[in-house]
Amino acid sequence: MAADQKIPTPVPNVNPEVKVFWDATAEGRLLLPKCQDCRTVIWYPRPFCPACGSLNVEWIEASGKGTVYTYTVNRRGAGDLPEYRDPGPYVLAYVELEEGPRIMTNIVDCDPDSVKIGQAVEVVFHDTGQGTALPRFRPAGGS
Amino acid sequence: MSIRGKAYIVGGYEHPDRVIPDKSVSQIHAEVAIGALKEVGLSLSDVDGYFYTGQLNMGGTATSDYLGLKNLTYLDTTMTGGSSPVFQIGHAAAAIAMGKCRIALVTLAARPRSERQQRAAPNPEASFEQVFGTNTIAMYALAAQRHMYEFGTTSEQLAWVKVAASQHAQYNEHALLRKPVTVEEVVNSRMLSDPLHLLDTCVVTDSGGAVVVTSPEVARDLGRTGCKILGHGEAPKHTNNGNVDLTFTGARWSGPRAFEEAGVSPADVDYASIYDSFTITVVETLEDLGFCEKGKGGAFVADGGLIARGGRLPVNTDGGGLCNNHPGMGGMMKVLEAVRQMQGTAHPGVQVPDCQVALVHGTGGSLGTRMGSATLILGQEDA
Repeated sequence: MAADQKIPTPVPNVNPEVKVFWDATAEGRLLLPKCQDCRTVIWYPRPFCPACGSLNVEWIEASGKGTVYTYTVNRRGAGDLPEYRDPGPYVLAYVELEEGPRIMTNIVDCDPDSVKIGQAVEVVFHDTGQGTALPRFRPAGGS
Repeated sequence: MSIRGKAYIVGGYEHPDRVIPDKSVSQIHAEVAIGALKEVGLSLSDVDGYFYTGQLNMGGTATSDYLGLKNLTYLDTTMTGGSSPVFQIGHAAAAIAMGKCRIALVTLAARPRSERQQRAAPNPEASFEQVFGTNTIAMYALAAQRHMYEFGTTSEQLAWVKVAASQHAQYNEHALLRKPVTVEEVVNSRMLSDPLHLLDTCVVTDSGGAVVVTSPEVARDLGRTGCKILGHGEAPKHTNNGNVDLTFTGARWSGPRAFEEAGVSPADVDYASIYDSFTITVVETLEDLGFCEKGKGGAFVADGGLIARGGRLPVNTDGGGLCNNHPGMGGMMKVLEAVRQMQGTAHPGVQVPDCQVALVHGTGGSLGTRMGSATLILGQEDA
């Protein structure tokens, strides 16, 4: 879990209805909302099911394992947020979780040029210091 | 109920400048509005429908005030990023067909080259995307990378989109970049966000543009019936509850809607303005509109496929967003070059002979992730 935090770790804006998600990240857990009526796993987190309209949504804990759906090495800032004004090269990616959703994230703890579509990855958490952590991913089997 | 033949684009005006350090966006809106109306022999007081695309909060209302539009019976401030004007021309045609207005003014202006855009309150998805360092180029790069992985599309094929734009831009005296470039120059330009290079990206300009859409009666009175609106389709596309697919765009849905209403097919299209924020934008859009099979867009654009003289389909003959003009949101420039092609007023070096049917496609937002797509089909009076 000791993570290389060279990449900026901005504090996310925490809307009240997704505070449970962000509280869990600080404890090293990745939660996913799941509709208890149609069983759809929901992403990004919302307090209702966009598939069936149900309000009967519960949090489940993700395995933290997935594969790279697509990625880019962003070699020249700046990102949309000011924290990314001059970050150096970093990998922005969509990772497809074992539970289904493709989520936006970063691939870390590896040479950016080594990342491949289809690569197996696992979650790590980068602490923002403000009661939240960003779920990022590293090549599976890392230590 | 259909808009087919119920409205015409009677004329338009593209701001001649590409760097505007000393005017407000409101002034640019005014200059393009007056320019477009003057071209067609109308004035601000004739306008009864106003369609605004720009950077201001409550911009449609504010700019109606600024322009002194006092006879408005219809106001639209649709914001779908760069595709907004293409959405709005469909809305204008529908409003005209319903009798809600007769003379619609559509304007776009922005100054991203000279001023940083202000950031609004965080959207609900921002905490799950922006914190990871998103930016516009990276979001399009994610789509390009997946398209290459699934279909074998190459950087050289993408580069041909830029090469064609640059071939066209050399004829456009207002284009920001007028020098033709080669495939080698594109793929050897600086890598910004893999696999997109500097020359895979559009220019950033300060500029604007406007068009006037009217009822058939007004178009006939003005003697400007050469650009009839045949069909229009629009569609948002988004992440689909965690099932995002970056290999296609909203054009997959907006295109068929527009073709069906127009009663034409891709084979009938003589000229196409295809939104070109990045080279990949054009490749995915051409596939989704049915100009080629899904996954074959790279081969379609390669080897001069989009060049006006001798290509498979003349695309973006003004030089497009890649070389001519892209003030952050370029949908208006796409409409304007199609109008020129229909009117026969494009540069002789790129004019399509006997242009009977033109297509305009606007793309706004992030390709494949969260975007607005709009397709507009124009025809000559007897089409």
